[in-house]
Amino acid sequence: MKIFKYFTAIFLSLIVLIPLMMTVTISLNPDNTDIMASMGSWKSFIPTHFSLDNFEKVWTDPYHPFGRYFFNTALITAVSLTLSLAVNSMAAFALAWGENRYKKVILGAIIAVLAIPVESLVLPQLLMVSRAGLIDTYIVQILPVTANAFFIFLFYQFFSKIPKDLIDAAKVDGFNLFKTFWHIGLPSAVPVSVTVAILHFLAIWNSYLWPIMVTRGTEVRPLSVAMSAYFSGNQTSWGNVMAFAVCMAIPVIIFFLIIQRKFVASLTGSAVKG
Amino acid sequence: MQYVETRQATLSVPKKRDLIMQKYKRLLPEIGMLLPAIILLLIFVFIPFFLSAYFSFTNEKLMPRPIPTQLLGFRNYERVLTDPEFWQAVGNTVYFALWVIPIQLTMSLGSAILLNSKLKAVGLFRSITILPMLTPMTVIVAIWAALLQTPDGMFNGLYQWITQSNDYIDWLGDGDIAMFSIVMLSAWATFPFQMLIYLAGLQEIPADRYEAASIDGFSNWNKFRYITLPGLRNTNIFVVIITTIGALSLFTQVNMLTQGGPNGSTMTIIQYMFINGFQAQKIGYASSVAVIFFIAVATIGILQRHLMKNE
Repeated sequence: MKIFKYFTAIFLSLIVLIPLMMTVTISLNPDNTDIMASMGSWKSFIPTHFSLDNFEKVWTDPYHPFGRYFFNTALITAVSLTLSLAVNSMAAFALAWGENRYKKVILGAIIAVLAIPVESLVLPQLLMVSRAGLIDTYIVQILPVTANAFFIFLFYQFFSKIPKDLIDAAKVDGFNLFKTFWHIGLPSAVPVSVTVAILHFLAIWNSYLWPIMVTRGTEVRPLSVAMSAYFSGNQTSWGNVMAFAVCMAIPVIIFFLIIQRKFVASLTGSAVKG
Repeated sequence: MQYVETRQATLSVPKKRDLIMQKYKRLLPEIGMLLPAIILLLIFVFIPFFLSAYFSFTNEKLMPRPIPTQLLGFRNYERVLTDPEFWQAVGNTVYFALWVIPIQLTMSLGSAILLNSKLKAVGLFRSITILPMLTPMTVIVAIWAALLQTPDGMFNGLYQWITQSNDYIDWLGDGDIAMFSIVMLSAWATFPFQMLIYLAGLQEIPADRYEAASIDGFSNWNKFRYITLPGLRNTNIFVVIITTIGALSLFTQVNMLTQGGPNGSTMTIIQYMFINGFQAQKIGYASSVAVIFFIAVATIGILQRHLMKNE
C-alpha cells in the first residue's frame, strides 16, 4: 500500500515535471535543428547543452522589450495588489462592524456579484474605457481589478469572527471605525490577506482576455500578452519561445517556493472555502 | 411638574442636534471605508452588467459613429441563436466541460488524498504538484504547444513508441482531436488549485473518525465512501462550481493555440464573443452572447448547488 502511494506520488510529480523540464532544456539549447530532432524523445527533458544564447536573444529582441514587459507586469501587480488589499479589507470591515442601515443590502449586492463571470462584463467595460480614452494605459489594467466581490467576502467572513467585546472595548476607548480597523482588524487579518494577495497575484499573472483588448503597443503591455505575441511570432524557434517562458515563469516560481510553507498553509486554511 | 418638563425640553434641543452630529461623525469613517469599493464595483461591475443587457438589444459598435445607435429588439438574439457557428461554439464548450470537469476533479481529489497521507517528503511532493498553478497560463500554453508539436513533439514521440510505428497525430490540427488536446492541457494547468482546496477540506475532517472506522474494520474504500466524501460535501460543491465556471469560460488556451480552428472545432463561447465583439467590434451583437453566457452559467451554478445540497 505504502509503495503504491509512493509510486503514484512519483508518477504525479513526473507528469508535472516533465513538461517543465522540457522547457528548461529547450531554452538552454542554442541549436534549433537539434531541438527539433530531440523534441520527441527523453533527450528533450534532460539538459545536455548549457548555453544562454536563447536568453540573450529574448532580452535583446528589439520588437519585444522583455525588460519593459516585466516592469509593466511588476508595476501593475504591485499597485493593484496594494489597492486591492486596502479597498477590499476596508469595505469588508465596514460591512462587518459598521452601523449604517444599508449594510445588509450592500452585502447582499456584493454576494450577488459573485455569480457574474467577468467574461460577460468585458465588452461594456471595454466600450467604457475606450470612450474614456484609457486604452493603452496602466490605469485601465489596475482599476477594474481593484475592488473584488470575492475578496470582500473573504475579508468579511474573517472580520465578522472577531469577538464583539474587542470591538466594543475599542469603541469605549473612543476609537472610530477606521481606527478600530487599523489597530484591531488589520493586524489580525494577516492570514486572509496572504490568501487574497496570492489569489490576486495569480489572477494578474494569468489575466489575458482583458489586457489583450486594452493594450495595443508594447509600452504598457503585460508579460502574459507579450508571451502570447512572442509565441505566435517565433513559432519555429522553440529555443527562444522557451527562454521567454522560463524568464516569465521562474521569478514567480522562486518567489512562491520561498514562501511555500506560508502559501500552502494559507490556501489550505479555512479562508478559501466559500 | 411643568417646570421639569420645560427644563427637559430646553435641554433636549441641543442634545438632539449633538446626537445627530455625533452620529454623522461616527458614520463618516464608515462611509469613507465603503465608498472606494462601492464606486469601483459600480463602475466596473454593476454599470457594465446593465449596459451589457442594454447593448444586447442595440446595434452598438465599439467605435463611436455619426449615426445614432438603434434599438433592435430581439434581433441580436435571433441572429445569435440561429447562427450555426454559435451552436458549434456551445457544443464545443459543453464537450470541453464534460471532459475536463471529471478529469480535473479526479486528479485534484486523488492527489489531495495522496498528499494528505503520511508520506516521507510529502512537502516536496506538494511543492512539485502545485508548480502548474504557479506557471502563468500563457506560458503553459507555449509549453504544451511544444509538447503537442506535429510531428516532432513529445506526445507524438510517445505515440510512436507505444504503437511502434512512424504514424503521428496532428494534435492541434485535426478537428476531431484538437479540443481533446486542450482538455489535457487545461486539466494539467489548473488541477493544483482544486487540489489545494480539497486538501483544506480534508484537513477539517476529524482524524478520530478514521480511527474509529479502522477499529470497526472499515476497508479503505468504505472509509472514502462513508467518511471522506460526506466530510467533503461543502468543499465539493465549491470545487464543482468553480471548475464548471472555469471550464465554460475557456478562452486563453484556444485563443493562443487554435483561434477556434480547425474549422471551428475548438471555437468556444467566449472566443466567439471575443471575435464578434472585439475583432469585428459588434458590441451589440456580442453583448447578446455575453447575456446568454451569463444566464447559462448562473442557471448551471444554481442547479449544481441545489442538486448537490439535496443529495
